[in-house]
Amino acid sequence: MIAFAVRRTLIGIVMLLAMVLVVFVLFFAAGNPAKDVCGKFCTPEKLKQVTKVYGYDQPISQQFGLFMKGLVVGRDYPVNDAYRAALEKSNPDLVIHCAAPCLGYSQHDASTVNADIVKYAPVTISLALYSFILWIFFGVLFGVIAAVFKGKLLDRITVGVTLVVYALPTFFIGTFLLQFVAIKWRLVPYPTYVSIADGGVAGWFSSLLLPSLTLALFYMAAYVRITRAFVLESLSEDYIRTARAKGLRTRVVLFRHGLRAALTPLISLAGLDFAALLGGAVITESVFNYQGLGLLAVTSARNSDLPVLIGLVIVAGAAVIAMNIIVDVLYAYVDPRVRLR
Amino acid sequence: MSSLPPGGFMAEVTANEIELGASDRGAAPSRSGAIVSRTPASLAWARFRADRKTLIGAIIVAIYVILAILAPILVAAHVLDPYTAHSDLIDSESLPTGGTGVSWAHPLGVEPGIGRDTLSRVGYGLAISLFISSVAAVLTVVIGVILGIIAGMSRSWADTLIGRLVDLVLSFPQTLMLLALSGVVVGVLTGTLKIPAGDPAQATYVIVVLAVFGWPSVTRVVRGQVLSLREREFIDAARLLGASRTRLYFTEVLPNLWAPILVQFTLILPAYVSAEAALSYLGVSINPPTPTLGNILKSSLQYAQGDFLYFIVPAFLLVLIVVSFNLLGDGLRDALDPKTNR
Repeated sequence: MIAFAVRRTLIGIVMLLAMVLVVFVLFFAAGNPAKDVCGKFCTPEKLKQVTKVYGYDQPISQQFGLFMKGLVVGRDYPVNDAYRAALEKSNPDLVIHCAAPCLGYSQHDASTVNADIVKYAPVTISLALYSFILWIFFGVLFGVIAAVFKGKLLDRITVGVTLVVYALPTFFIGTFLLQFVAIKWRLVPYPTYVSIADGGVAGWFSSLLLPSLTLALFYMAAYVRITRAFVLESLSEDYIRTARAKGLRTRVVLFRHGLRAALTPLISLAGLDFAALLGGAVITESVFNYQGLGLLAVTSARNSDLPVLIGLVIVAGAAVIAMNIIVDVLYAYVDPRVRLR
Repeated sequence: MSSLPPGGFMAEVTANEIELGASDRGAAPSRSGAIVSRTPASLAWARFRADRKTLIGAIIVAIYVILAILAPILVAAHVLDPYTAHSDLIDSESLPTGGTGVSWAHPLGVEPGIGRDTLSRVGYGLAISLFISSVAAVLTVVIGVILGIIAGMSRSWADTLIGRLVDLVLSFPQTLMLLALSGVVVGVLTGTLKIPAGDPAQATYVIVVLAVFGWPSVTRVVRGQVLSLREREFIDAARLLGASRTRLYFTEVLPNLWAPILVQFTLILPAYVSAEAALSYLGVSINPPTPTLGNILKSSLQYAQGDFLYFIVPAFLLVLIVVSFNLLGDGLRDALDPKTNR
């Protein structure tokens, strides 16, 4: 069991390293970071200086080495050693130390990428948690209902609605909720993010309702269908017939025996979807203008702020890889057959 | 079938018999009761035809495809005109006169703000969106199938490598990558590859990134199929006859994969139509004035309250095509895979 967990973790670390390499090469080798830092009114002299100060004149392998060093032990900015030494004497405030795991420095935001991510993360985490609870609860509920009434009107309506909701673009649902539910019909106050520190749990809770609902609806539609399929599959097993035959009540058969078998694969799927959300709900956050990681990605892409984009991709990928490991290990714990493969 | 499948072997047999009986009515050519042999293909066709939902999906998809082919021709013939601004139909609040601007000349009204004909824009945009999505889906399937066959057939490092590659690509945050890569990749496309900036470069970008992040699901499905195919006698026979690897992979194995490939294609295509819309929303797909379903949707969001018809039309068309394609894909999967538990 422990051997399995260790092996799985090592594979995960190798994956993460491969990902960092791919992202770094994609953005830095293919892009032109010096020109992006240099900005709109770039002169050849300024470009030359920027290239030197930020270390973009070094070979890509060396830049990658520095980046990895930053991830492990932290690093100082500006990158150029001679320039930094001079700056340390003349103007020590301008030398920025970026502690490990350093994801880089954004000239555009004049802050380290880590600071940026820490600043924008709370909204994204809140949104992910909130919508996760919504979609799991309602998704599984409607999925079970649809499975129980398979082929009946209720099932057909549920499946039909999920098909349509699944096909609706997130930004359309979000805009509809914002424009009509919040602004026109005034059913809820205009959504603006309130942190727990500012508005208490109740304020936080109500401020997240519409964006979380927007995000949750898409997953809810998917999970209704998945739950329905899983429950139908487990209901056709022999042990369900046995449970019925020995006279158990339908409710017990359904929840103790039917749903329980379906729940394990469902939870592992849900874990992965949740992890993917931690990278930022790009579209939902843009629609509601919530300052989360997704919105940070949108503004960074607009400003060609490559260091932030790289940092975001790495954080999001790390979340997915980590959750993959957790899910796999838990699965192996629940089902010993997995370990032996 | 009963609402709760009672399970067990006998129950399955009767369910199958009922189903065959139902498809008999559609497939059997005579009422004389003579035994008619049925190939797997005719069985699949019978199952397909008996499924009303799939049939409706197929019809709507067919209508869309015909519209998408006709739209550019109609634009060239000046029947549809997605670019001319009818500023006389726009009032001082930049909304169409009379709310929507619907008239005989403009059956779906005109676009608020600029006054271009909505029907023309939606029709032409649909053609462009479907074109981009189909090219991306074809590319995805080609990459996915080739890698899937290689992974499935080789019992060596190639399988491991492709498997790891699948895991790696799947752990990338997709939306984030599509958004973040746009600047860099479009730069390479216009700079190094000399693709004209603007619509061609943006379209190429969308196609390339969708394919690059989309192939793993196809590879997984194909690999699974190949794993069982490679144990069959005809593969051994081909090997014994000295078939080359290329012949083995693409002449022997590939033709047996048409069913899963077709199903994957019909399920990927609608996902890509939605993805194009999402990319348009983020501003990294084709930009106006060239219409796509996505960028029309994006512009319609501004007028959610002002012009409800303009808000609802592109969304309705998008939902309709995505749902129809999904129904068709699900139906095809059920019809082509005899093991499906229905």
